[in-house]
Amino acid sequence: MIKKLSESIREYKRESLLSPLFVTLEVVMEIIIPILMARLIDRGLNRGDMRATWIYGLIMLAVACLSLVFGALAGKFCATASTGLAKNLRHDIYEKIQTFSFKNIDDFSTGSLVTRMTTDITNVQMAYMLLIRIAFRAPLMLIFALIMSLTINAKLSVYFLIAIPIMALGLGLIIKFAHPLFRKVFKIYDKLNTVVQENLRGIRVVKSYVRKDHEIGKFRSISGDVYDTFSKAEKLMALNSPLLQAVMYACMLIIAWLGAKFIVAGSLTTGELTSLITYIMMILMSLMMLSMIFTMLTIAQASAERIVEVLNTESALTNAADPIQTVKDGSIVFDNVNFSYADDPDKLSLLDVNLTIKSGETIGIIGGTGSAKSSLVQLIPRLYDATTGTVYVGGIDVKQIDMTVLRDQVSMVLQKNVLFAGTIADNLRWGNPKATDAELWRACEVACADEFIKEMPDGLNTMIEQGGANVSGGQKQRLCIARAVLAKPKILILDDSTSAVDTKTDAKIRQGLKDIIPGTTTLIIAQRISSIEDADRIVVMDGGRVADVGTSAELIERSDIYREVYDTQMQMKGGQVNGEEA
Amino acid sequence: MAKKRKFKDGHYVDEAGQRKDHPIPKAKPSGGDAVDGATIRRLMAYIGRNYRFRFTAVVIFIIISSIVTALSSLFIGNVVDDFITPMLKQSHPNFGPLLHTVIVMGAVFAAGAVCNLLYNRIMVTISQGIQKDIRDEMFAKMQDLPIKYFDTHAYGDVMSRFTNDTDTLRQMLSIAIPMSFSALVSIVAVFVSMLVTSFVLTVLAVVCVALMIFVSGKITGMSAKFFIRQQNSLGVVDGYIEESMSGEKVIKVFNHEDASIADFDEKNEQLFRDAERANTYANILMPVMNNMSNLLYIIIAIVGALMMLSGRTALTLGGLIAFLNLTKSFSMPIGQISQQLNSVIMALAGAKRIFTLMDEMPEEDDGDVTLVNAIIRDGKLLEADHRTETWAWRMEDRAKNEIHYRKLEGAITLDHVDFEYEANKPILHDITIHGKPKQKIALVGSTGAGKTTITNLITHFYDIGHGQIRYDGIDITRIKKADLRRSFGLVLQETNLFTGTVADNIRYGNLNASDAEIRAAARLANADQFINLLPNGYNTVISGNGEGLSQGQAQLLAIARCAVADPPAMILDEATSSIDTRTESLVQAGMDKLMIGRTVFIIAHRLSTIRNADAIMVMDHGRIVERGTHDELIAKHGMYYQLYTGKLELE
Repeated sequence: MIKKLSESIREYKRESLLSPLFVTLEVVMEIIIPILMARLIDRGLNRGDMRATWIYGLIMLAVACLSLVFGALAGKFCATASTGLAKNLRHDIYEKIQTFSFKNIDDFSTGSLVTRMTTDITNVQMAYMLLIRIAFRAPLMLIFALIMSLTINAKLSVYFLIAIPIMALGLGLIIKFAHPLFRKVFKIYDKLNTVVQENLRGIRVVKSYVRKDHEIGKFRSISGDVYDTFSKAEKLMALNSPLLQAVMYACMLIIAWLGAKFIVAGSLTTGELTSLITYIMMILMSLMMLSMIFTMLTIAQASAERIVEVLNTESALTNAADPIQTVKDGSIVFDNVNFSYADDPDKLSLLDVNLTIKSGETIGIIGGTGSAKSSLVQLIPRLYDATTGTVYVGGIDVKQIDMTVLRDQVSMVLQKNVLFAGTIADNLRWGNPKATDAELWRACEVACADEFIKEMPDGLNTMIEQGGANVSGGQKQRLCIARAVLAKPKILILDDSTSAVDTKTDAKIRQGLKDIIPGTTTLIIAQRISSIEDADRIVVMDGGRVADVGTSAELIERSDIYREVYDTQMQMKGGQVNGEEA
Repeated sequence: MAKKRKFKDGHYVDEAGQRKDHPIPKAKPSGGDAVDGATIRRLMAYIGRNYRFRFTAVVIFIIISSIVTALSSLFIGNVVDDFITPMLKQSHPNFGPLLHTVIVMGAVFAAGAVCNLLYNRIMVTISQGIQKDIRDEMFAKMQDLPIKYFDTHAYGDVMSRFTNDTDTLRQMLSIAIPMSFSALVSIVAVFVSMLVTSFVLTVLAVVCVALMIFVSGKITGMSAKFFIRQQNSLGVVDGYIEESMSGEKVIKVFNHEDASIADFDEKNEQLFRDAERANTYANILMPVMNNMSNLLYIIIAIVGALMMLSGRTALTLGGLIAFLNLTKSFSMPIGQISQQLNSVIMALAGAKRIFTLMDEMPEEDDGDVTLVNAIIRDGKLLEADHRTETWAWRMEDRAKNEIHYRKLEGAITLDHVDFEYEANKPILHDITIHGKPKQKIALVGSTGAGKTTITNLITHFYDIGHGQIRYDGIDITRIKKADLRRSFGLVLQETNLFTGTVADNIRYGNLNASDAEIRAAARLANADQFINLLPNGYNTVISGNGEGLSQGQAQLLAIARCAVADPPAMILDEATSSIDTRTESLVQAGMDKLMIGRTVFIIAHRLSTIRNADAIMVMDHGRIVERGTHDELIAKHGMYYQLYTGKLELE
């Protein structure tokens, strides 16, 4: 785990090393200062020597200045190193998530990933800061003080050496019990985030159904869980400080009692006893610091594990070892494909799909709600992987093709499509960053988007507002089609993407696609028969299976499902014709 | 001063007034960039509200514990002076008195440790309790905010307030408060001892310490500035992650991962810069304070020596040395406190963000007309305490102290309504709709024509500019918002399900619905079939974004949710847009049944679904351009005719 985390230190290695170095120097200065103080008193004040007082005073001043500089530098390096580590961790996780499959994201839940990238990383940052600063300081002080006290009186010092294992044991027990609780706390935090997120996104539903109290109840029970578990964990951690204090007090009593005996017996002087106490205090102070670090580390450990969990998750969708860098043509083969979102063969969304699509064919896909039309096409650009069976593109298993290459060649207009803040040209260039304005216009022409763009004040440079709020649904769909066309893909998938476009324009777009990308295999999912009627072949989906494949005429003959849809829609058309006559 | 959010209303809102999924975060989050006394007072109020007794106990225990700690530092000195030194002079040293003292002190120390234990444990319940109080209150407050707030604030930034900001607050309470209190006790004790030893040197020490406090104040001020920025940047990062993860599919389809990472890095870098500077100042504080206290030590030593040598004071050597030790003990806790200041400042920055959310103007609700179930007995309308088929508006006449009931008929009328989301950008012009009870009113027109805006006004999500909207003759501003909305079942294009089982999601419409009622609703929506095919049927757990369900299936669940609510009126906004025509024709039968006896506002692209509406309003650019029944409008050969026959494009 530590190894994995430390990989993210990268450019902050220098700071991570300099910080403890300067801390060490600072501690050395801090150790020198009391010695100088003693000198100032012994040689200066005690003897009434003003000159010596000045000299030691000035030396001390110089040392203090050095200590200040070292300390400040240590602080600066420490801040840079720890916040830098946090930055790199956030970057690494974000980058990792970008490689995740949707299953990975679902497994973690968005709420959980957000907690991991903020709360958990902040915890690790704090722990790292302590680690490279205080964690160096405390043991150094401890060792120095131990040596000093042992030189003063080894016999007496041994007694409080016993205190250290007692404390270590106590601390160990506390951490052992607290650690699983902290892990639990963060899990509940994930839930908390999810509830808040769902309420933010679904506020219209909450308000319309007047479910405020219900949601508040839900939230309270989770925040109550946080309270219970977190309190339990922190109450355990709260044993730390009194334990330490009790040990410290016990040491003092022992030393007072035994020290008195030793002094009376003549094996110890009063002055030595006083210094001994000072060093014991130093030891205990550093132990206290250490215990504070342990507390932080216990919390951070739970957080660190959660971070590493994400970093170590191998994406369910990975490139093959030596991926193929070209896609030969736009042929697609589904070979005995089964697919389950849960990766569970008992919960299949797609069953026994066998389908061969020739390069350049236009395929219509039709089927009922939940018949897995979208699931089927999402396997082609590898948004998901088939659970069993193989999908071939250009004759090659999609898993063998480099994912970027594959997705460049398979352009998809999603059912739930999105435009981004920026100009229309910016949005279109998602499809092809190097496209010239002429190419953009050509693509828009094909998508029947040129006319309304021309009417806009700034043409291609018109700003699209966030979410595409200033264009209508039909305009948005056409821009998304233009964007996909620009990629000049070998395979183009339109997932219910002309639903807001009228039939005439729809037909015009289809014709345009044939003209601009003639060799491109085109898959069209539609609810309107007219959108797919003239496709080379039509795939009828039903309950996750391919029910039938054929031309429209063939399917009217033999497919009940197709005929039913066809008839209903033709009736409606009839209604329209009648309406026209009326 | 709180920084005002710069957002242009409606910019992130589509015609539906709904947010769109979008991986680009919205404007900078609010939060303010300074901490003030009001924030502190408000925080203290939380302690005062529920934890007065416990907090008092904590303070007492801290004081006892600190006094014991102070005693312990004097203990060895006393042992030497009072016991060891005299014993050295005795030929047969008597350890009795010493043993006695050791035992007494043992008891005192034990008491100190127990107090330490107690205040630490009580403090946990206080800080965790306050954390819970603040979270719960913030969540409740959030529920009352107007839709506009949700449309214009990055979700992740709001989430950050519930986690990161409340966390820093808890940490401050649990660590900083006890530490600062015990440090304060030590300062007072030491200060008294110093005064007793030497007045002149004390004045000098106080001057130096004042300087220390001044410097530490400066440094803390700098770190505070950046801690506040850090919390805001954290909100931005949080917002970006949340949004991009919700739009991940689009990113993947276009191989846009690298661009998205680059965007993220930019925000991440900003957070790093703020955090780095904040922590640098915070880390520098301790060495600065330590060494200033060393400086103070040197100054006191030299001045003290000069005073002694000049012989003009009563200061003895022993006194000076003792004073020097006191100086150390004096400056140490001040350093400790200033060290804690950082976490305090960071927490206050978080608190400020929390309070900003809490202080957002809630949705105003001046309505006093409520919706009740009623029964009709002897021709009179009476309030019922159980669910009945009849609904009534309960109106209080304050002046006469009388209560009237008016039967809910479902007559919804709009009179010359004008509306704009943003000043001078009118969305609706002079909309007049006279809906009769139990009518099915269809709104037709291209996106941006203002159809959804009308439904947002009827449900009073927004206030209208001009005109009047009446429900059974009652101005809707007089109706309590919750009751107004309760009367509508809402099915939107964007479905929004919640984490939980399928049954839970349907039950959302009516929390008291039995399993049988849920199944009946699902059957009505034609959802029963696919639900039964899910791995655990109605008990299948779906995640909030409904991953694994198709969009059409999610819409079917939303229809079932509405059916189980059994509301007197309904709003269907593209409710079946993702459902295939075959399923739609199946759902349609159920929908038709559902719509009987209810007033329905329906928006649909597919004109076939609204053909049987009682009134069709054809809208264009915020105006109603045609109205009538299907047959009337077809006969008219106007815009509707063109739309219906496909001569005009409907977007």
